[in-house]
Amino acid sequence: MKTPLKTNAKLVSMRDALGQALVDFAPEIPELVVLDADVSHSTKTLGFAKAYPDRFFNVGVAEGNMADIAAGMAACGLRPVINTFSLFLALKCADQIRNTICYNNLPVVLAGAYGGLSDSYDGASHQAILDIAMMRALPNMVVIVPADAAETRQALRLALRRDGPTFIRGCRNETPVIFEGAEPFKIGKARKLRDGKDLTIAACGVPVLMALEAVERLAKDGISVDLLALATVKPIDEAALAASAAKTGKVLAVEEHTIYGGFGGAVAEAVAKHVPAKMDFIGVQDRFTESGAYDALLKKYGISTEAIVAKAKALVGEQPAGAKPGAAKAAVKKPAAKKVVTGRGAAKKSARKPQAKPRGRKRT
Amino acid sequence: MGTLMAPKVEPARILAEKDRGKKATMMQYLAHKLRVDVWDILHEKGTGHWGGASSVAEILTTLYFDAMNVRPQDPRWADRDRLVLSKGHASAILYAVLASRGFFPVEELHTFRQINSRLQGHPCMKDTPGVDMSAGALGHGMSVSLGMAMAARLQKKSYWSYVIMGEGCLDEGQTWEAFMAAAKFKPERLVALIDYNGFQLDGSSDEIMPLGPLFEKFYAFQWNVAPTVFNGHEVRDILRALEWVKMQSSWPVAVIFKTKKGRGISFTEDTHKYHGAVIDDQTYAKGRPELLATLAELEAAL
Repeated sequence: MKTPLKTNAKLVSMRDALGQALVDFAPEIPELVVLDADVSHSTKTLGFAKAYPDRFFNVGVAEGNMADIAAGMAACGLRPVINTFSLFLALKCADQIRNTICYNNLPVVLAGAYGGLSDSYDGASHQAILDIAMMRALPNMVVIVPADAAETRQALRLALRRDGPTFIRGCRNETPVIFEGAEPFKIGKARKLRDGKDLTIAACGVPVLMALEAVERLAKDGISVDLLALATVKPIDEAALAASAAKTGKVLAVEEHTIYGGFGGAVAEAVAKHVPAKMDFIGVQDRFTESGAYDALLKKYGISTEAIVAKAKALVGEQPAGAKPGAAKAAVKKPAAKKVVTGRGAAKKSARKPQAKPRGRKRT
Repeated sequence: MGTLMAPKVEPARILAEKDRGKKATMMQYLAHKLRVDVWDILHEKGTGHWGGASSVAEILTTLYFDAMNVRPQDPRWADRDRLVLSKGHASAILYAVLASRGFFPVEELHTFRQINSRLQGHPCMKDTPGVDMSAGALGHGMSVSLGMAMAARLQKKSYWSYVIMGEGCLDEGQTWEAFMAAAKFKPERLVALIDYNGFQLDGSSDEIMPLGPLFEKFYAFQWNVAPTVFNGHEVRDILRALEWVKMQSSWPVAVIFKTKKGRGISFTEDTHKYHGAVIDDQTYAKGRPELLATLAELEAAL
């Protein structure tokens, strides 16, 4: 595909894009209704509320109730889009989303505004770093993590055409629109952004842009990266990941989420089924976050271009983290045939652990 | 696998009966006959919830054989009336009523809660013809039926949305969120029916979580609640309640039915002990004569 990275890309927030898309799609989809849990000023569904007051329902701060009302509507022919902060969707509506929406495969769109660390100043209570893990564990659910405003609009269009539930994870802040003019993504299909041979980087969401920047820096150091952007976390593009991992033997998963159970987990599950590959994960470690500016938070919690570059280099063996310089390369270069990949992975993990863990402990 | 008793009056005859009094007598008989079927099936399978199923037998029978506009041959008919059995653990009696109404073969009741069956432990709308909404985890039904009624209004349809809740559902906070939301949106033809038997899994609701004063709570939540308690085991009383409902023009509407958990057998009535207990051979044999004695009386009245 054509290079999406533009230094002069305009800035648009995913929530603005989603709010606008709801208004734009309303005339062609008369069944489209929008529900919000007293955060329409934040989720930007306010525009829809003003344009289509009879199709907008503010249910107050009662998220689970909202999810089940939407389920009832969907069971009777409407196409509801429910909106609140992503953390509250994932946790306060967990029972309703699983037992009513997903169990019955109802066509409800779950728009999680303020995904990841983007509700940055509100602190850990509002930051959604487990929403992907939660949504991914639900049968029938499609999980979309757009990288920008353009993908957000595409995601809504795709979700409204589906016969089952779809989770779309948004972001509060304005971010560069990197996919404008590019061919729309397809559910379950990765986009190959860069061709490379030394390392696979798989990314979703806001960090896709960081990954693009990291790839350029790595290129200057002679490391060639196969870069995949996966807007659909579920179903994951297993074939694309397997093909890339077979070529490079090393995979770095990049997301704005806890390293447990989210996109990184999905990538690891897909890769492990097909090829032995050494992996590492960019994301929030197993800890609570804090208040602060979005960029500062991302940086502090290990989600940045610099962090991607560092882990990428460690993976390809240039700067092995906490191990002998040759160890990583040797481990990877040994033909996979006889060795069990989990055993080797475990060995590598234990080599890295001593460096990472004590640091975390000291701070807490 | 045993065989369930054949009803002394064909369901089709009940549906066709024009005389309201005669129809009420027939439904009174059928409801209890289906209660006996539930006792048999629960014993046969060694699993299921007797107390709450028995409690709602007459209400469900009256809804499906009189009040509700449904098409068993076209269970997904878009304009049908909807029923959400929010107290989904009472699934056995719902299945017995649906089978009797023609949604699926009565023999299928023998697959209740077994592997590869359409009759899940708790109702599943994907599997079972006639089930309008899955339920199981308590407290969902009020919100879901509210959504159904709001969808009717938006699509200018005139179907009714009924939800049946017990004490367990009323314990759940979500139900009260939905009560508030229903009073805000006021969709037409939204009806909450309370199967108020006073017991839940662990004990009496006075002991576990007092719900009173329930009337006053409905008033305070701006609901149009029927001013008297109706007897949820007398079909004529249920018919009166539903006639009252159909005369209303202020929404949403609620009716409280006084019922007995474990209705029909002296030692299972008004106790939590038969909420979900296995009906073993001894209990089964002890309880069945009581059920049959009542059935004989109702049969004689036909």
